[in-house]
Amino acid sequence: MLTVEIVSGGPQLLWKHEFFIDPLNVFLVTLTSFVGLTTAIFSRPYMRIEQDHGKMTPQRQRLYHSMYQLFSFTMLLALTTNNMGILWVAMEAATLTTVLLVSVYRTAASLEAAWKYFILCGVGIAQALFGTVLLYMAAEKVIGTEAGALLWTNLDAVKTQLDPTIITLAFAFLFIGYGTKVGLVPMHNWLPDAHAEGPTPVSAVLSGLLLNVAVYALLRCKVLTDGALGNPLAGELMMGFGLLSVVVAAFFLSRQKDVKRMFAYSSIEHMGLITFAFGMGGAIANYAGLLHMTVHSLIKSAIFFAVGHATQKAGTQNMADIRGLIKVSPRLAWGMMLGSLAILGMPPFGVFASEFLILTTAMRDHSWATPFLLLALGVAFAAVFSRVQPMAFGETSLKKTLGHTPALFPVFAHLGLGLMLGLYIPPYLHDWYRQAAAMIGG
Amino acid sequence: MSEFVAQLINLLASTLLILAFAMISQRRILSLIHLFTAQGATLVAATLVVGYATDQPHLYLSAGITLVVKVILIPLLLHRVINRLNVRWDIETLINIPTTMIIGIVLVIFAFDLALPISKLSASIARGTLGIALACVLLSFLMMITRAKAVPQVIGFLSMENSLFFAATSATYGMPMVVELGIALDVLVGILILGVFMFQIREQFDSLDISHLEKLKED
Repeated sequence: MLTVEIVSGGPQLLWKHEFFIDPLNVFLVTLTSFVGLTTAIFSRPYMRIEQDHGKMTPQRQRLYHSMYQLFSFTMLLALTTNNMGILWVAMEAATLTTVLLVSVYRTAASLEAAWKYFILCGVGIAQALFGTVLLYMAAEKVIGTEAGALLWTNLDAVKTQLDPTIITLAFAFLFIGYGTKVGLVPMHNWLPDAHAEGPTPVSAVLSGLLLNVAVYALLRCKVLTDGALGNPLAGELMMGFGLLSVVVAAFFLSRQKDVKRMFAYSSIEHMGLITFAFGMGGAIANYAGLLHMTVHSLIKSAIFFAVGHATQKAGTQNMADIRGLIKVSPRLAWGMMLGSLAILGMPPFGVFASEFLILTTAMRDHSWATPFLLLALGVAFAAVFSRVQPMAFGETSLKKTLGHTPALFPVFAHLGLGLMLGLYIPPYLHDWYRQAAAMIGG
Repeated sequence: MSEFVAQLINLLASTLLILAFAMISQRRILSLIHLFTAQGATLVAATLVVGYATDQPHLYLSAGITLVVKVILIPLLLHRVINRLNVRWDIETLINIPTTMIIGIVLVIFAFDLALPISKLSASIARGTLGIALACVLLSFLMMITRAKAVPQVIGFLSMENSLFFAATSATYGMPMVVELGIALDVLVGILILGVFMFQIREQFDSLDISHLEKLKED
């Protein structure tokens, strides 16, 4: 069951030599494989407990695990492919597999979430296909109709000759398409539903991985657009929508009652921040964006693991009914508490480092945006902390024990890595980020 | 000769546009499926003509795939689904057809305006058709928004896929083969999943009305 992840866990060694693997995607491939592996470890006991609770049947268990593997495969395909068309196909396939994963409980709410997810993302991603067609149309003039005209390496080589009018329209469509998948406001409606109603391991990989892959697709398009247009249009679009997502999500955060919904909005906020960082461009902002992508995936999936077991213990996702976890399961409570602090950008975790870099760059280059960012981060902090604190401490009425030992190892492994990235970034990782940041350019 | 071919492609393109309008105004589910099949057939014809005119054999292959997937398999599946769900003769009453048509006309004008600068640059013989393709995409979009039942919404989704395919053929003589195969596979799998979903929605809510799916909201 875990072979796919383990086999794909090694491509660090291949970097730069494979013709379609460059520093930008190899770091995401490694991250995807790692989080995919730990989520698989986590989902074994989690899904067994769900089966004991009668939410799953052995048949659906099989469906769940096979779809999970297919999903990992499509994400890795999207990351490693050199063909913009295949990138689209893989993104669509990832959507299809996750639709099945979200609906696996077959309850009314999960069906509704999955239907919305399918229709919204299906339509969104169809726009990206139109964008890809236009991109091909522009490329065909320069490269010709041979099969190579959609290969990213070829496109990158001729990007300055691409026709600006077509590319502008193409980027607009690609941005709407992949932006829907990133969960940028106002195309974000599917995201909280899908996260709240699907099984928790699925929320973890959706937040931690799929959103990253969508950002990656967006970045590839941005590089081409920047080259073709020679003006910062793509960056400005990304900054605008990124900032809007950060602010809107922060205010929605404070109104949530469902714990998984709340962290889904927190994902929108962070994706907005990442998009904003890449929109600003430049070496430091890109570096910060990449770092933020890494720590966000690690920590957000850790939070979802902890939250998943917490909701299983409480038997509800309503935050008002989850109280005093520390007395029932201290390790779980600390995992959730530390994870929340980390995602909110407290030092010494990695999120602090990347948010600090993003904020200082914003102050220097786009000072108008800084107050919005600070305000949004402040609101998010108040909203999340005031809810997680009573969930972890406070009086408890929880007594339930779980039939299988929860796998808490992934939670602390992720948090430990997030902590490490905040304190010290190993030199090879540093080089790696720098090269990737240089590739994205500014 | 090439003048004639260009006219033929324009004719097929306008047929697609008329079919898109017909779909917006059609209330009966069964007729919608017939219209969708006709749209697929027009698409196959257009692809064949473009393939013949430009002497690109891979377009014959992609016309073949479209024929199998969009004219035979998907309508067959849809017919089975509506038979099993017993919604064959369902009529939708909610939509206001004249208003929708006017919005549709506005969308078409918008699409032509958007596509104009690009059509001028295109070297393809079918350059006028990009605007029509974009208009069809937007009209399918409109159809998905205005429909309250699951089956018409899915048909709107599929017709959007058709329009995109037409855009690819007319603007660029089709995408590379491997991409086209991938897209066809995705569409087929997608419609299978949606078909299963419709049964589950029906089981849960006793109806295929999407307005039941509005429980998950911000409060």
